[in-house]
Amino acid sequence: MIKISQDNFEEEVLNSPVPVIADFNADWCGPCKMLKPVLEEIESERSDVKFVSINIDDEDLIAEDYEVFSIPCLIAFKGGKEVARSVGLKPKAAIESFIGEI
Amino acid sequence: MLDIVIIGAGPAGLTAAIYAKRAEKSVLVLEAMNYGGQIINTPDIENYPVNAHISGFEFASRLYEQAKALGAEVVFEKAVDIIDEGNLKKVVTNANLYECKAVIIATGSENRKLGVEGEDVLVGRGISYCATCDGAFYRKKTVCVVGGGNTALEDALYLSDIAEKVYLIHRRDSFRGEETTTNKLKKKSNVEFVYNSVVTKLNAEKRLKSIEVTDKEGKVREIETNGLFVAIGRIPETQNFAKLVKVDESGYVIAGENCRTDVKGIFVAGDNRVKDVRQLVTATADGAVAATEAVKYIGTL
Ligand SMILES: Cc1cc2nc3c(=O)[nH]c(=O)nc-3n(C[C@H](O)[C@H](O)[C@H](O)COP(=O)(O)OP(=O)(O)OC[C@H]3O[C@@H](n4cnc5c(N)ncnc54)[C@H](O)[C@@H]3O)c2cc1C
Repeated sequence: MIKISQDNFEEEVLNSPVPVIADFNADWCGPCKMLKPVLEEIESERSDVKFVSINIDDEDLIAEDYEVFSIPCLIAFKGGKEVARSVGLKPKAAIESFIGEI
Repeated sequence: MLDIVIIGAGPAGLTAAIYAKRAEKSVLVLEAMNYGGQIINTPDIENYPVNAHISGFEFASRLYEQAKALGAEVVFEKAVDIIDEGNLKKVVTNANLYECKAVIIATGSENRKLGVEGEDVLVGRGISYCATCDGAFYRKKTVCVVGGGNTALEDALYLSDIAEKVYLIHRRDSFRGEETTTNKLKKKSNVEFVYNSVVTKLNAEKRLKSIEVTDKEGKVREIETNGLFVAIGRIPETQNFAKLVKVDESGYVIAGENCRTDVKGIFVAGDNRVKDVRQLVTATADGAVAATEAVKYIGTL
């Protein structure tokens, strides 16, 4: 998963030619740590979607812009716009169906 | 046929798996969500013996690895029913049916919802059930806490150091929680108490904007807020099994310290059992007892 900051957010997320799943997380967030290996597994199985990681403590401005108020939070971007979001830790099958719907 | 099926891979279920594996039984653990249960939500555990500090995530991961290393099998399926045929038990999941000799129900508890329209869609958009998890997002903002027990009081206290303004909404005019916490809260200039009131409406525009509370006289008050922290307790996850084993009026499985339910061969462990203290150390203790009792029971078959 690519680490996102203010500097590469536009290029990697908003201007991405393929849909992006942005994982908003933090070091102190246990459910985020549980979710990470699940996302990495799905990432290794799919080449049509890009997975990125956004630390909300380092990148509080991005989190604020997108009104992230609970983590883990997955936001799906398509053509530079948010098209869906999933809040909270969910099992792999639920994450797959979330990604499948975008 | 399996020896023991354990429903739930929280602290109680995984500890039961450790004890059952060490007694050389075949063990399958079913988990609907994530291993570790509720505890993964806390960044720091300070009251589990031996470790002065450990994160919930690390606690869960180490417990899981320990059970796996002993040979416990964990599958991610939700148990929806148990069929009791005497010496044979069948555990039905959303995907399979497992036959076994004994069952341990270690399903823990989940957050009690307010039950107000729109609540589910606003989770993560203003509504939260965990102040220590989501509080940081409300720096210099306005938040409401609903509830009257210790969790609500502690949440309000925690949030009063982060948020600009905290409303504490309670349906009575006094708190069930500890007096020292109540007194600390009363000294906070940014905490306002809203007594004798319940939340009756959520107003949102993509995210929570305000809530409406109704007091005993039926008077409605609108409170503009960025966040609403719901701390009105937890409910045991026993709905799927309550027709088979005896539960109390709140849904907790009735069993004593020996963790035996009223059905032979079905045991209960952890937060979903009738008890006074719901903590890690009591959940893991239950896990050990339930597994030992299950092993003993299998020996009599
Ligand atoms: C924010 C927070 C902080 C806490 N801090 C502390 C602390 O510092 N110290 C302390 O001692 N305690 C603490 N606790 C309490 C502690 O987490 C619980 O007492 C303990 O987790 C109970 O363990 P359990 O195994 O009984 O239940 P749970 O942890 O609830 O685990 C039950 C598991 O069963 C699964 N499950 C439920 N139904 C099914 C089904 N039908 N099929 C399959 N799986 C199912 C659930 O998904 C869950 O994983 C805290 C709790 C919270 C929420």
